[in-house]
Amino acid sequence: MRAQFVLTEIGVGLWRNLSITISVIIVTAVSLFFLGSGLLFQRQVNELRSLLYDEVQVSVFLCGAESTAISCADGEVTQEQRDAIVAELTDGEVAPLIEEFTYESKEQAYERFLVQFEGSPITENLTADQLPESYRIQLVDPEQSATVASRFEGQLGVESVDDQRELFVGLFRFLNGATAFAWFFAGIMLIAATLLVATTIRLAAFNRRREIGIMRLVGASKFFIQLPFMLEGIFAATIGAVLASGFLVGFTRVFVQDYVGGRFNIGGLVGTGDALLVVPVLLLVGILLAGVSSLITLERYLRV
Amino acid sequence: MIRFDNVTKVYKAKQRAALDNVTVNIDRGEFVFLVGASGSGKSSFLRLCLKEEKANSGTVHVAGRDLAKLASWKVPRFRRQMGVVFQDFRLLPNKSAGENIAFALQVIGKPKHVIDRTVPEVLQLVGLDGKADRRPDELSGGEQQRVAIARAFVNRPAILLADEPTGNLDPTTSVGIMKLLDRINKTGTTVVMATHDDEMVDQMRKRVIQLEEGVIIRDQARGVYGAAT
Repeated sequence: MRAQFVLTEIGVGLWRNLSITISVIIVTAVSLFFLGSGLLFQRQVNELRSLLYDEVQVSVFLCGAESTAISCADGEVTQEQRDAIVAELTDGEVAPLIEEFTYESKEQAYERFLVQFEGSPITENLTADQLPESYRIQLVDPEQSATVASRFEGQLGVESVDDQRELFVGLFRFLNGATAFAWFFAGIMLIAATLLVATTIRLAAFNRRREIGIMRLVGASKFFIQLPFMLEGIFAATIGAVLASGFLVGFTRVFVQDYVGGRFNIGGLVGTGDALLVVPVLLLVGILLAGVSSLITLERYLRV
Repeated sequence: MIRFDNVTKVYKAKQRAALDNVTVNIDRGEFVFLVGASGSGKSSFLRLCLKEEKANSGTVHVAGRDLAKLASWKVPRFRRQMGVVFQDFRLLPNKSAGENIAFALQVIGKPKHVIDRTVPEVLQLVGLDGKADRRPDELSGGEQQRVAIARAFVNRPAILLADEPTGNLDPTTSVGIMKLLDRINKTGTTVVMATHDDEMVDQMRKRVIQLEEGVIIRDQARGVYGAAT
């Protein structure tokens, strides 16, 4: 009896306020979609970062016979200069930052080059002597690459230092900006959703002030009076969250996986699995948002 | 049943007290008319009985409880011992007479079989046999007030408060409502009725408490409406 009565009340309430119920659903769906996108984007950025940073190397190229850098004024790198670099890598200031390093001779560089540019005409005129020998350094923490790189820049016998991380800095600055943007929008839309739920409940309470007045007089409990309103808000927000989840999963599948993944052939993209992980978060946030907003509104406008 | 001890009620916006140091006692089973001009404090008296308002000073005891000490979560249960009737009936226009009465039972969680049994009983009691399916707009004013009384009485309250129940009704219809309230009173329910209806009060010869500017100026066992003026 009770449950059936409460459910009827909810149905009547939602139907009477159909237009505003729909707007609650839409605003909740959009705000939660932004929230979900923010979460997925964050995940994508983290994934990409670990993927790319794993590859990050600092390469110290040594002077060849024809190098023109100032630090190569003495001509081709000498064994003493090589020893100095190795000593620095193993026992020097930057040694704790280095995970491992390998020496790559001109011949090894040449072989790698041939593999990398297999079939290209550029390989035909190239000799091993034209390529520089180098130390390839893997770092404990890729974020520290600039410290290591600057240590070797300008050292005698070093022609140039290549810090791969610098390539990614711009990319990550952009991605972080985009994530912040998604969060910002999600925040604003969530505020809008919360206020809209509050307004809806006020309106619903106003529409049913006669019933509420009678319920109070005949001694209906506070819980019983407020429950239908709260459930109405939660019901609408849950539908919004379900829609947002659907959009998000669809978006990940169609846009990220099929379109971006198919077109640019890059790995490490977020998939529907990641999107499904976000779904419970969206549902929870939606329900909490509506529940808390209802509670506060009911405390303020529906005293029993 | 209802006891006010030195009760004063002042509303924030008003300078004068709505009730000024009122002390009165109403016993179980009494029928009391509360008379006085508009703004004399009749409605405040009823609202204090329901714990719709809190007294600024003094104590209000209703049905054996000190209302100042009644926790707010216990108020709904307390109100189930009270029935209230208003001048404007306050029926739900989209529900039939029977549904209006059933609503009062549904919202306090009464099971369906109890409701199905009780509603026809109470409709018969108020003389609305066979009109359970009529909506308020298909009923006369007197019949609507009978539905409202049925709704107030359906829980067999210990106390029935009526705020100008005949205020919107013609004299003939009012007599019927009065007789109904009298009958309810005879079942043991304490009835407190605020009214302007002097003829009614004069006819009934019940206890009359007269308020003027928040002060009791007369409390007469078998009174008439205008004796003190």
